[in-house]
Amino acid sequence: MKKTYKVEVDCANCAAKMEEATKKTPGVKDATLSFMALKLTVEFEDGADIDSVMKAVVKNCKVVEDDCEIFL
Amino acid sequence: MTKKQKKVLYRIIVAFAMVILVTILTNIISIPWVVEGALYLAAYFVIGYDILKKALKGIRNRQVFDENFLMAVATVGAIALGDFKEGVAVMLFYQIGELFQSIAVGRSRKNIAALMDIRPDYANIMVDGRLEKVDPDEVAIGSEIIINPGERVPIDGMIVAGTTTLNTSALTGESVPRDAAKGDEVISGCINLSGVITVKTTKDFGDSTVSKILDLVENSSMKKSRSENFITKFARYYTPAVCYSALVLAILPPVIRYFMGTNPQTGAWIVRALTFLVISCPCALVISIPLSFFGGIGCASTNGILVKGSNYLEALSKTRCIVFDKTGTLTKGVFEVTQLHPENDFSKEALIEYAAYAESASAHPISLSLKKAYGQEITLDKVRDIREIAGHGVCANVFGKRVLVGNRKLMEQEHIRVTDYSRAGTVVYVAVDGAYAGCIVISDVVKETTKDAIKMLHAQGIETVMLTGDAKAAAQRVASEIGVKNVRSELLPADKVAEVECLLQQKGQKDKLAFVGDGINDAPVLSRADIGIAMGALGSDAAIEAADIVLMDDDPAKIALAMRISRKTLSIVKQNIVFALLVKAACLVLGALGIANMWIAIFADVGVMVLAVLNATRALRIRKA
Repeated sequence: MKKTYKVEVDCANCAAKMEEATKKTPGVKDATLSFMALKLTVEFEDGADIDSVMKAVVKNCKVVEDDCEIFL
Repeated sequence: MTKKQKKVLYRIIVAFAMVILVTILTNIISIPWVVEGALYLAAYFVIGYDILKKALKGIRNRQVFDENFLMAVATVGAIALGDFKEGVAVMLFYQIGELFQSIAVGRSRKNIAALMDIRPDYANIMVDGRLEKVDPDEVAIGSEIIINPGERVPIDGMIVAGTTTLNTSALTGESVPRDAAKGDEVISGCINLSGVITVKTTKDFGDSTVSKILDLVENSSMKKSRSENFITKFARYYTPAVCYSALVLAILPPVIRYFMGTNPQTGAWIVRALTFLVISCPCALVISIPLSFFGGIGCASTNGILVKGSNYLEALSKTRCIVFDKTGTLTKGVFEVTQLHPENDFSKEALIEYAAYAESASAHPISLSLKKAYGQEITLDKVRDIREIAGHGVCANVFGKRVLVGNRKLMEQEHIRVTDYSRAGTVVYVAVDGAYAGCIVISDVVKETTKDAIKMLHAQGIETVMLTGDAKAAAQRVASEIGVKNVRSELLPADKVAEVECLLQQKGQKDKLAFVGDGINDAPVLSRADIGIAMGALGSDAAIEAADIVLMDDDPAKIALAMRISRKTLSIVKQNIVFALLVKAACLVLGALGIANMWIAIFADVGVMVLAVLNATRALRIRKA
């Protein structure tokens, strides 16, 4: 299951950190964040509850870069 | 400028004015240093409060090595050492640099969005005799939509009424308009130029060409190139490494000097360490690479070349060998009469006329090409007794004469002596009333741009190979005409895969191999090659699915252009990596030696970033040749 979300972030390095944080979130199989397209594509593990996983993703991203926004 | 950017701009202006004011004030009248310090601090908070806030949050979240933290430490450090002015100035320049970068990135995002601005906003449908604009998403398959001149075709479909010309340049990069009339397919994303047409939709909006293309381009930056991955990995080690070095630089030399009995100069070494911190931000590297690829992909798509990911653009620049499928790729894939060889006092016109009449009842591609070459209306009552001789040709009565049209076997059966032209391609022999009238050579025609395209590729040092299922003689003729030396003929589809496998083993480790096909029956080879390039994909879903790079029209010259774009993009990427690393390394060394001050450090950080971003946007503007 793959989903794409719009994100808002100002610096490229922060985007890379957010990508890393998303990948480490439980329930996420793989993730890519394109700073140029401002899009986060998340591949979920089978049977993962997307809503709660994404909430955790947002939380983890806020930790590495407070000044970011993920539009769920 | 966005609201956020404007706010930063105002803060920069205010802080800058405050710094100047204080500087002038201290020069005119003597004010106590407490007041001066307080004024500088005020300016510092105007410009840097958000950075400080973010730095504090970072510390709380244990993300100590982010750039906000680095800037906060560097500037607070400078202020703590009593150099108020430098602390404010560093923060000021950092913010100016950030603003610059934000504007530059925003602008290139917008540029690329404008290049790909082919999303139709609405579709016109007839409701109760009145035109109504609806969201293309809501139009069901099989509905009739009306497209006025100047409007974009929103959904793929077929024209049921009206004639027009269509501008396909947004899709193919081709500027010559295409004629379309009732019964023709129209592809979404084209612009209707001249007439009102009614189109019966054959697809949903989501499955239409325009949606597929937009999806593909927008997602292309998700497939990251190796240089991108390298740099993110690099940044992960680089920043902490520099930070620890800074710490060492601040502590070790003063301690050593203390034990050696000299003045430890603690303040000076701390300043050097702070300079180090400012240089350590990896942003210039991290941003300029995806930006360059984004620009390169954007530039390619305006030329009708869709690249499915940065990794493919990168691989293309390393391509040493391009394997072409012949039919439909290098040649037009349609048969045409290319040579007429009349004999025994027959004229060229008579030769083709007899052949076209005799073949008038057949729908075979060869018969069609004869009729096309004749080019005039055929009066059917002039032909009688048409008899097909399977595997040989036809026999018919044309203008009261007995005409034989067919291959050599037919002529031999009828004991007619012919001149041999079989090397040239497919040959049709004609005999009239038992006398040999000459022969007609039919072959697959090479595209106008093929020869130049091959020449351009050779000039770029690329090896070309042609694969074909055709007979050896015909393949050799095409190959020598277009200048490809390496030809493998008489291949079955499975053999093509084997040939590509073989070529893949021969090439060097780092070299890449690209295969160019028409995408319809080449899918296995397209996926086996390092890079699969599908051609003439406009409207063909299969090709868009199977290939890594998609050429919307069928112009082989686009391959050479794609190569140029990929190489230019990669050279920009390399320039940026080398430039940023060199400047940073140099500044780090100079900073450690105490030669580079905070100002140079700021340049090494934001200055390099802005230059790298500006360089990266050049990838958007790569010209044809």
